[in-house]
Amino acid sequence: MAKVPVQFTLNGSEKAEFIDSGTTLLNALRDKIGDTSPKGGCHQGTCGACSVIIDGELRLSCLTLAETCNGAAITTTSGLAEGGVLHPLQRAFLDAFATQCGFCTPGMIMAAKVLLDHTPNPSRDEVVEALSGNICRCTGYEPIIQAVLTAARANSQNAA
Amino acid sequence: MAIRRGRGVAAINYPTGMNLGGDPTQALVHSTPTGNFMVTLSSVDLGQGMKQIMAQICAETIGVPTDRVVVDTADTDTGPHCMGTFASRGTHRAGNAVIQAAKEARQVMLEVAAEELEVNASDLETDGQGNILVKGAPQKSISIFDVALSAHFKRGRSISGRGMFLIPRSYPEKETGAMKPSTCYAHACTVAEVEVDDETGEVTVLTVKNVFEIGRALNPKMVEQQLVGGSWMGISHALYETTEPYYPNRDHGGTDFNQYLMPGPGDLAETEIIVLERPSADGPYGAKGPGEMCANPQIPAVANAVFDAVGVRIDTLPITPERILRALKAQAN
Ligand code: FES
Ligand code: FES
Repeated sequence: MAKVPVQFTLNGSEKAEFIDSGTTLLNALRDKIGDTSPKGGCHQGTCGACSVIIDGELRLSCLTLAETCNGAAITTTSGLAEGGVLHPLQRAFLDAFATQCGFCTPGMIMAAKVLLDHTPNPSRDEVVEALSGNICRCTGYEPIIQAVLTAARANSQNAA
Repeated sequence: MAIRRGRGVAAINYPTGMNLGGDPTQALVHSTPTGNFMVTLSSVDLGQGMKQIMAQICAETIGVPTDRVVVDTADTDTGPHCMGTFASRGTHRAGNAVIQAAKEARQVMLEVAAEELEVNASDLETDGQGNILVKGAPQKSISIFDVALSAHFKRGRSISGRGMFLIPRSYPEKETGAMKPSTCYAHACTVAEVEVDDETGEVTVLTVKNVFEIGRALNPKMVEQQLVGGSWMGISHALYETTEPYYPNRDHGGTDFNQYLMPGPGDLAETEIIVLERPSADGPYGAKGPGEMCANPQIPAVANAVFDAVGVRIDTLPITPERILRALKAQAN
């Protein structure tokens, strides 16, 4: 099959690859580029584990063709920590014991990040709404909801 | 036609581990040259926290900080034997095996320290911070780091230990049928409050109050985490999840997350968790197996609450609107 070039920034660094036409962004990230933080739970848009941020918007990388991402800025959970310091959301997930097997966690964090980027002080209902495209087998969700609310509070205290 | 409220209670008695052909788990512990300790297991951490708990158990037994212990849940080709991570058996079986292995390793460690300090091994104790002291004369001490170096490079000793924990198979007595299928039981009780719409058959769980008796909680935050998730999973099994909605007929089974119903963060009931600790006699530091049982009592509690609300007994899971409506219709006829 003919290879097509793709070029985008991933967590701030330039990436250029030749991929098979039709490769999903999820597979390109995991298998070509080696960023395994987005997880493949269903490969059909129903679990949210593969969520990434493309140009500021929450997207399912399993339903996004990599070749449509030319020139885009892509953020994944593996790009959140800075200089070894965890992102407030990552810190809050750890502190709230909001992760068990961890398979849903990167997708949850991506969804939460987009929420907090737009709505720094969300209500509980807004958090639930933002996470409603992501499913989790292990935690019963409540610790995740609490982690997002805690991260929001930490952010607003830092901003103040 | 109305929304009807009901309350149901259920209590369970849950065996830790299983009783098929005997239930063994093996563990090996050895020190590195710098006095860290390695636990080798074939038990698997699925996210329930096995590695953390085994590190705590090993550290407690040897007398070192938890961060000095590395746990390798190897693979079944190369690791010591484990029956597996299921039946809520991991902490109990593997934990006991780790204690046995760690005790043997500790004994060798103390013997090497005794040679270095020119005292009897029985006169030594650990401070839990990485040092070995002479009882009553703590100024006379040696670090575990130095003991390990000495063992490796001077004395030619292997600071290591073997552990095996076996619950043997229990056969029923021929006359009475009496047997001992398990040596250790966890307990739980749940009260669930529901609303049932008797027109649509839809059930909404309003509150779930759970009490779990789980032996000693070796890591209280991780216990709580598992119980919260388990309680939700129990509700999910009671009302939504199944691969075979018309069992034994396999038709209409969900094949993906569009059809296999799993509640999302918007479907949570108000949940309360209370932990009672009654240390078990044969568990590692008193632990029992809370893993699977934490998702059990919610199911009969919800079934009882539905009965309380609309007077029909649903005896097939999940308790779907269809089953409730059929039962209501049968009751009316
Ligand atoms: S893998 Fe993309 S939504 Fe499940
Ligand atoms: S932590 Fe296991 S799926 Fe969410």
